[in-house]
Amino acid sequence: MNEVNHWRRVVLWWLLATVICTPLVVFVLAPGLPPGNGSEQAAGQVVDNTVLLGLSTPVTLAVLVYFTYAMIAFREREPAATVLDGPHIDGNATIQTWWLIVTTTLVLFLAGYGTVRMLADGAGGGQGPNPIAAPAQSKGALQVQVIAQQWKFTYRWPGYGGVETSTLVLPTNRTVEMHVTSLDVIHSFWAYQLGVKADANPGFDNIAYVTTRGPLTFNVRCAELCGVFHGYMFDHGRVVSPAAFSSWIKQAQTRYAGVTKTLPPYAPSYEPDPQRRGG
Amino acid sequence: MTAITLPARPRPFWRQLVGFNLLTGIIGAIIGWLIGALIGNAIHAPSLDYYSAQAGQNDIAVLLGYLFGVIGFLVGLGFANYPIRRMMGHPPTLAEHESAGEGAGRYFRLCTDHKVVSIQYIIGIGVFFLVGGINAMLIRVELLQPNVHAFGANQYLTLVGVHGAMMMGIMTSGVLGPFANWVVPLMIGTRRMAFPRIESFTFWLLMAAGVVLVTTVFFGGFQTGWTGYQPLADQGTAGYDAYICFFALVGLSMCLLGINLIATIVTMRAPGMTWSRLPIFVWSVLATASLMALAAPMLIAALLMGALDRTAQTAFYVAGNGGSAYLFQNLFWVFGHPEVYIVALPGFGIVLELLPVFSRKPLWGYRLAVAGMLGVALLSFFVWQHHLFVSGINADLRPFYMLSTELISLPTGFVFVCAMGTIWRGRIRFTVPMLFCMGWVFNFLFGGISGVFLSDVPSDVTTHGSFFSMAHFHYTIMGGLVFTLFAAIYYWGPKMTGFSFDERLGKIHFWTLFISFNSTFGPLFALGLLGQPRRVVTYPSNLQPLNDWVSVSAFVIGLSMLVFLYNLIWSQLIRRERSPDNPWNSKSAEWQLPTPVPVYDFERFPVFDRHPYPYGVESAPAPNAVPAGAE
Repeated sequence: MNEVNHWRRVVLWWLLATVICTPLVVFVLAPGLPPGNGSEQAAGQVVDNTVLLGLSTPVTLAVLVYFTYAMIAFREREPAATVLDGPHIDGNATIQTWWLIVTTTLVLFLAGYGTVRMLADGAGGGQGPNPIAAPAQSKGALQVQVIAQQWKFTYRWPGYGGVETSTLVLPTNRTVEMHVTSLDVIHSFWAYQLGVKADANPGFDNIAYVTTRGPLTFNVRCAELCGVFHGYMFDHGRVVSPAAFSSWIKQAQTRYAGVTKTLPPYAPSYEPDPQRRGG
Repeated sequence: MTAITLPARPRPFWRQLVGFNLLTGIIGAIIGWLIGALIGNAIHAPSLDYYSAQAGQNDIAVLLGYLFGVIGFLVGLGFANYPIRRMMGHPPTLAEHESAGEGAGRYFRLCTDHKVVSIQYIIGIGVFFLVGGINAMLIRVELLQPNVHAFGANQYLTLVGVHGAMMMGIMTSGVLGPFANWVVPLMIGTRRMAFPRIESFTFWLLMAAGVVLVTTVFFGGFQTGWTGYQPLADQGTAGYDAYICFFALVGLSMCLLGINLIATIVTMRAPGMTWSRLPIFVWSVLATASLMALAAPMLIAALLMGALDRTAQTAFYVAGNGGSAYLFQNLFWVFGHPEVYIVALPGFGIVLELLPVFSRKPLWGYRLAVAGMLGVALLSFFVWQHHLFVSGINADLRPFYMLSTELISLPTGFVFVCAMGTIWRGRIRFTVPMLFCMGWVFNFLFGGISGVFLSDVPSDVTTHGSFFSMAHFHYTIMGGLVFTLFAAIYYWGPKMTGFSFDERLGKIHFWTLFISFNSTFGPLFALGLLGQPRRVVTYPSNLQPLNDWVSVSAFVIGLSMLVFLYNLIWSQLIRRERSPDNPWNSKSAEWQLPTPVPVYDFERFPVFDRHPYPYGVESAPAPNAVPAGAE
């Protein structure tokens, strides 16, 4: 039997698998990935996921193809009673060095890429009271405070007399500065289609930016275990045209004028009563 | 080689009747509980407790009850005897609790034989693994329907919490307890662990912890999941006290187990067992043990502060009184992230230890593998805030934590490349342990790759706290730890008990588990991406088909575990087919000993004079054949 060049075969199988699978993953699977294109940040996350998938597909395939090939090619075909040993190969400095170089390059690239993407517009994540990454248009951003409590989100609008609403309605194509806070335990505000997730901590102002796009309805869920009815802590928000938004907020201001007067003055966060400790 | 036999100690008749054994331990636990509850009720002031008072419970009494109950349990088992005897002037001795000449009773009492403790660990951990697994089945029963509920929301969260805590607490010692205790002394050529009494202590402490966690149901359970976040925990009934006590005991057990293993590996290696001749499994145990010893105290401290908040009116975690809810999150994950590597690292060691045996080749890149394990251990202390990426704390440190988290894939990659190099051009035999190792390769690959998505902040914003992250850590922990745990059971089990496993049942177990595992946790990635958060009792109805698929697959996992249980009982208790001394033709030291291994392991200490994996070398002598056995 001729000596088979196993290396060449593995590399060829891997190339074949990569050439078929990577475009499928990048061009067919990735564009449909959540959270979709509901906002600049959501679209950015899809791009990020696409890049990660595009890079991890060849790596995953390399390991899978290698192991599959090795398990088939190097299996003991006729297991004899006397166990035969394989060759005594205990390392290969060249391969080890190259492995180190390739994986380090990949990892450093991913970390650098992720950092750049995150710093560009905050990627929709909560950044605490002093955000380091804001979208370009964040100066005149629309401010809304997301107040989480067991088991409901309410929204307060400092730019509109501190009115508090029970649904979130946002204008299209506008950068929104969300101040997420909690009145009792830790919650997490997850506006799924907008690609926003920020923990709500009692006594703490957690800022997340989102730049809306076209009109849509989005789901809001609590993504941090917050007690027995955590599973039921969800509602829906809407992104509407600027005209519809201003008429909606005016309506809310008039309708809730009486309630707004009784509310505590607007503040970045509201201290829970320590004697009741969030309950 | 003949075993050293000890003259059986004559025991007074009354000692044979009353102990010290598990029975007196349980009696001690009950007496201790009553004393603790009595004290707690006496010192408790009604004006002070505003947590569990509404439920008619007294946190101080419950916590003191647990504390004194555990002390009573340990005293009843006989852990106080030796210190008292030493204080009374008796000479130091080790032989008092060795297992020579004792029957099955030795498994129910304090025993300092590392092989007995290992068997105790397997059975004890197995029982709690079963409890945790049944909880998982019940969780999946609840999630069959979004709006028809098998359990109440409170019951459901308790199931989730007990499942998580059981798996992350008890199973942390899942490999090190049974297998490191058993195999490390044999691999490095010593007759016992450095601290044999502490070895037994860690086991009984863990069992006490498991029982404490189960008793949470008598106090209303706890709603916080295994992470136990404050201030949600403050709303909890006394069931949360059980959680505190459970994890503190687990932490103590882990910490002592780690110190014991480090001391054993560093100081008790036989002549010639240099660092570069240490089998790779021992290296992985050393890395894991270091993590255990360093990380667990952080958990104990965090829980102690939580207990003080609940009983002594401190405010470590109370935002309004100068405390911070972030403090608990930080302390918990400073422990919690090393913890997940405590769970993963022994698996790396088992895979790299077994691949040479079944590929009939030396371990490829030994130094790289060691570097990989130590690198994972070191880096694991610098990544914890990736659990808090969207929490708002230290937002400017996120690039650092992103980098450190992704850097961990480098040493993990070392382990993979060493596995790849080892099987290359080998003569692979697909025995049951080998199948489980290959299962690990597949599962951990997907676990690791999905981890890259979670470590990248923009991507993490979507996946954080969703079923995606839940699928990720089940791939690494269940696909990583549990698969390698089964590999270890099928591999070392016959040596430990002396009876071989049924190979056909083992293969059925592997294939059903492998397929149903992937069929369960693969779709969970999709569910997370589609927007299902973790720990919810209900979900959008359009996600029901996928959830049902997952539930049915999870039940198949349960069936697969029953196949294993049947194999265990049938092979080890009924069929009892004697296992040969070295069924796998391994060249590792522990397989050169007779089966079953004698009480004092080696007649003479072995001398090691070569690399641990001499496969493919002509007429390599067995490691301890040189001086030992030659009278």
